[in-house]
This record gives sequence, C-alpha cells and structure tokens, in this order.
Amino acid sequence: MVPPMADTPKKTLGLETVEPAVTPPTDVEPAIEKKPVSPGTSRKREIPQGLWTKCPECGEMIFDKELEENLKVCPHCTHHFPTTAWDRINALTEPESFQETEADMISVDTLEFTGTAAYADKLEKHKEKTGLKDAVITGIGRMGDHEVALGVMDFNFLGGSMGSVVGEKITRIIELATERRLPAIVISSSGGARMYEGMFSLMQLAKTSAAIAYHGRQGLPYLSVLTHPTTAGVMASYASLGDLIISEPKAMIGFAGPRVIKDTTQSELPEGFQTAEFLMERGLIDSIIDRTEMKARITEYLDYLCLNLKKG
Amino acid sequence: MKHLLDFEKPYIDLQRRLEELREQPEETDVPLDIGDEIRQLEEKIEAKKRELYSNLSAWQRVQLARHPQRPYSLDYINKTFSGFSELHGDRLFHDDHAIVAGFAMLGERRVMVVGTQKGRDTKENIKRNFGCAHPEGYRKALRIMGMANRFGLPIVCLIDTAGAYPGVAAEERHIAKAIAINLREMTLFSVPMISVVIGEGGSGGALGIGVSDRTLILENAYYSVISPEGCAAILWKDRAAAPQAAEALKITANDLHELNLVDEVVPEPLGGAHNDHNAMADTLRDALLRNLNELEQIDPEIRLQERYAKYRRHGKYIEG
Ligand SMILES: [Zn+2]
Repeated sequence: MVPPMADTPKKTLGLETVEPAVTPPTDVEPAIEKKPVSPGTSRKREIPQGLWTKCPECGEMIFDKELEENLKVCPHCTHHFPTTAWDRINALTEPESFQETEADMISVDTLEFTGTAAYADKLEKHKEKTGLKDAVITGIGRMGDHEVALGVMDFNFLGGSMGSVVGEKITRIIELATERRLPAIVISSSGGARMYEGMFSLMQLAKTSAAIAYHGRQGLPYLSVLTHPTTAGVMASYASLGDLIISEPKAMIGFAGPRVIKDTTQSELPEGFQTAEFLMERGLIDSIIDRTEMKARITEYLDYLCLNLKKG
Repeated sequence: MKHLLDFEKPYIDLQRRLEELREQPEETDVPLDIGDEIRQLEEKIEAKKRELYSNLSAWQRVQLARHPQRPYSLDYINKTFSGFSELHGDRLFHDDHAIVAGFAMLGERRVMVVGTQKGRDTKENIKRNFGCAHPEGYRKALRIMGMANRFGLPIVCLIDTAGAYPGVAAEERHIAKAIAINLREMTLFSVPMISVVIGEGGSGGALGIGVSDRTLILENAYYSVISPEGCAAILWKDRAAAPQAAEALKITANDLHELNLVDEVVPEPLGGAHNDHNAMADTLRDALLRNLNELEQIDPEIRLQERYAKYRRHGKYIEG
C-alpha cells in the first residue's frame, strides 16, 4: 500500500537537556501526531477513511485503530510509540477493577517560580493539554488474581517531572500497599525532578525511597517498570528500587542527560548508551518486555513473588 | 588574599589601606594620631563587612559556597573531629576518592564520618574528581555507614559536591541506582544520623549521603535540586542567567530553613568560612555535639519514626 502521507510524525524528546535529577521543561510533544486523510486526494480509493500514523522505525503506515488495539506498538516492527498513563492502566488491570486514589491532588507554586515562563501557567497548560491533574495516576487494581497498588506516570504532563504531587501520590500508594499488604508496581516515565519546585522536588526522592524501604521490610514485593524515558531524579529513587526492574524495549534510561555527559567528559558516547538493552547487558534490568506482553508477564511474576504473601 | 570575589572588593580596598598604614610607621614621619586612624579604619571595615554579608544575594552565597579557600570535608574532619582513621573502598570495585569515610572522635564521642571531598589543586582535583562521586563512592559510603549502624556508631555526613559525576562509567555502573539504594537504606539505620551541607549541596549526589535525623547547613552553603547554571540553561536558555535561577530556586540556607527543608543553619565567621577555618570548625563541633546529645536521648525506634516523618512532611500540594 502507498502511504497516504510521508511526513515523519514523531519529534525527538529533547532529552539532551536533562540534567541530573531534573527534567527539562518539555514543551515537547511525545504523543503521536495524527494525520487525517483527506477523502479528496487522488488515491482515495486505496485509502480507508480514518487516521493513520507512520511508524518512525519501519516507515509503515498503521491504521490508528490497529495501533490502539496493539497498545500503540507497531504491528510490523514492535516499535513502542509513546502512550498515556490511562492507556497503560487499562491495558494492565482487569476491567472495572482499578480504583483511583488521590485523584484530585494538585500542585501548588510554592516558590512562585517565574523564569522565562511562570510555573503556575505551565501547570494550567498541561492540565488542559492532558486532562490530567499531574504527572502520575495511582490506585488499586487487579492483575489476574492479584490485587496490586499501582502508580503510573505520564510523560505528557510536564515531562513526567516529579514535584510534590508525584512524590506524595507515589508515597501514599506505597504506604497503602504496606498497610494492606499488597504488592506495589510503579510504571515510570520521567525526565526527573520538577525544578520549579526547587528543593521540595529533591526531597521527594528521599520520601518515596523511605516509603519503599518500609514496604520492603514487610516482605512485600515492589516492581519497577521503566518506560521511555526514565531518567534523573525518578531513576535515582523509586524507579531503581524494584525487587524486579523491568523495562519496555529501547527505553532511554539514565541519571544524567547525554548532552551533559558529553560536555563534561568531552568524549563520545558508546553505541546504545543509556538504552534498556545496554543497561540489561550491564546488569541493571531483570527483563525487557514488550508492552503487549507486559500484563501477562507481570502477572506471572506476581504469581511467584506473592506465593507466600499472607494477608495481614 | 589569593582569591577575591567581586563583592568582597569594597572592604578589601579598605583592608589594604589599613595594612599600608600599619606598615608605614617605621619608615615615615608618623603623625601621632595614626593609632586613631587605624582604629577608625578597623571599625569601618567591620561595619562594611557586616553590611555586606548580611545582604548577600543567593548568587553571591553560591560564590562563597564554591570559594576555593573554603574548608572542605577533610578540613573539618581534621579540625572539628580528631583522630580520623580513614577506611577505604566499596568492596566491589574501587576506592572512590571523591568520598572519604572513617572512624573519628567528635569531642569525647566515637563516630563514623563520611564526606564528599574536593581538591585544592589540579593534582588533588584529579584524584578527588572535583568532589563528584561515582557509584562506587556511594557504595563505599553505604558499606561504611552500614558497619557504623551494626556497631552502634552515630553517623555524620559532610556534603560538599556539585553533584554525582555525569560520566559514561558512572552511568554504566548505575549511579542513579547507587543513590537510590542509599536513600532507602539510610532511612532504616537505627543509629543517630546528622548531615551537614558545608559548601555545595548538588542535587541527588548530595542527597545520596544526606538522609538523616538532622540536616544542618552552613550559613553560606547552598542545597539545590539543580545547579543554578543548569537551571538557567534549561529555563532561561542561557547559563549567564544563573544569578536569577539561584534566586528563583530558593537554595540559600536561610531560604531553606524558612521552607522547613533543613533543620538548622550553622552561622559562619564574618566574611565566610574561608576567613577563619578554626572558628568555623569549632562552631560546627558545638552544633554537632548539641544535636547528637539531643538525638541520643531519643529511643531508637522513635528516632526512626521521626526520621521517616521528617521526610514524609516534605512537599506542598493541595488535596483537591
Ligand atoms: Zn514499525
């Protein structure tokens, strides 16, 4: 089939500006760009009505409905397109089982941060753009037979940056898991700490890690799932602390941004540097799992890890 | 006066005149009232200094925190503490010299001290990697703190780093994970823990040895989620906007104390810690001993709960 349009739909994520523990401001749009197909073109007989997306990896045009049904994974080459927190939750949990916690918690501009743009304005813009209140959704849901405490980040909201709300919601869902003796899973996608909240952001690293310390001490399993990208402050806290650390393929994972590393060390970066595959080879990651297999594989892991979990 | 900061010049000029006056009497015809002039000048300098150092901008404090003659961890380890007996290595890979650790006496007490260490000259900076630790530095710190915990020694951590090292090897050996593990494990050590930001508190690299019952910060030190230059580069698209970024990020000791993000500000000698290493070291010893005394009164289980509660409180949000 002849592709209806040849534009490349995907922009780069702009991760080169990530600094240790901090996210770029990301006005970047990692979401899929839709190309409506005009019925008035000369090829109209070959093209069904609807939206198509071109795979940036293999160049195939994918019918959006098919892409959605395949959890935004290219059916031709398994390229993982960016997705949203709600899509992940729907794909992972049993229908109707997910109950959101702290759904209305919102950020405040405590430092009254005004650089070239005001934090308060950024927040409003991203709320509008994403329909989310902040960069993480938390709640209790079921995966197979397992009740799980789940936190899912969304990169579309201010680059998945961690400020007080992300830190507090992650901490509360871990604490709830500890209290109810549940396994916890956090799916990360983040450029790092949210610098508009200054040191409040940095302290979220300690807060979330502390909650995980006590969850683990109760003999409860915690799984960290890394998705593209997971870097800086989030990687330097809960994303690195899983009993299991799992990643989607080709996710970019690291602490410092590649540009910062290049500038600091004045050296070339090795091939595949900071990808999931690179880090699995170097011992950080337990397994790399396609999004389409994620639910089945996590459920299987939970079958093992929760074998002796006594309900308190 | 080897290293002069711009804003120090007004009183440094006065100081020079004072030194000239003091040297003159031997050689020239001295009017009898020169003693008065010297006294006046001394008073003027003192007043100028007080005025200057009570009104420093965030960026000026960053300059002081990075002052090349500022006392570093080993200076405190040798002056605030005594009998330092250094321990080495992470037992896995390497001995990272950007972090020093070992047994030491604090007054009459035996403690474990850990600190990030900068170098004074090029040769030492190469050895210390400019105070920017690799994963093995954090692992060394963790191993040694873990030992202190097992044998009941209080832990004091001295923080002075621009950040964990952003390099290929650091990433290959999982710098982020090394920091995360420290955050988790330091939450659970049952001995009293005090951390002090003595100069630069650079983001995750600082926090990686910073979890504690009491977080102290010296008057002119800073503690930040990102360097002012890094923030300026991202938000202002210009590293030269670092002074504005430093202001906006609220990174000074006083700002952080007002926001309840640190527990105590330790005053520095007039003009900054670099002007009087000994006085600074003594002040810090007093602060450490007072905090340690207080912490030792608390039941270990309660102390752990309070440590958790302290980090639990950090954050501003609206429940909705
Ligand atoms: Zn494809």
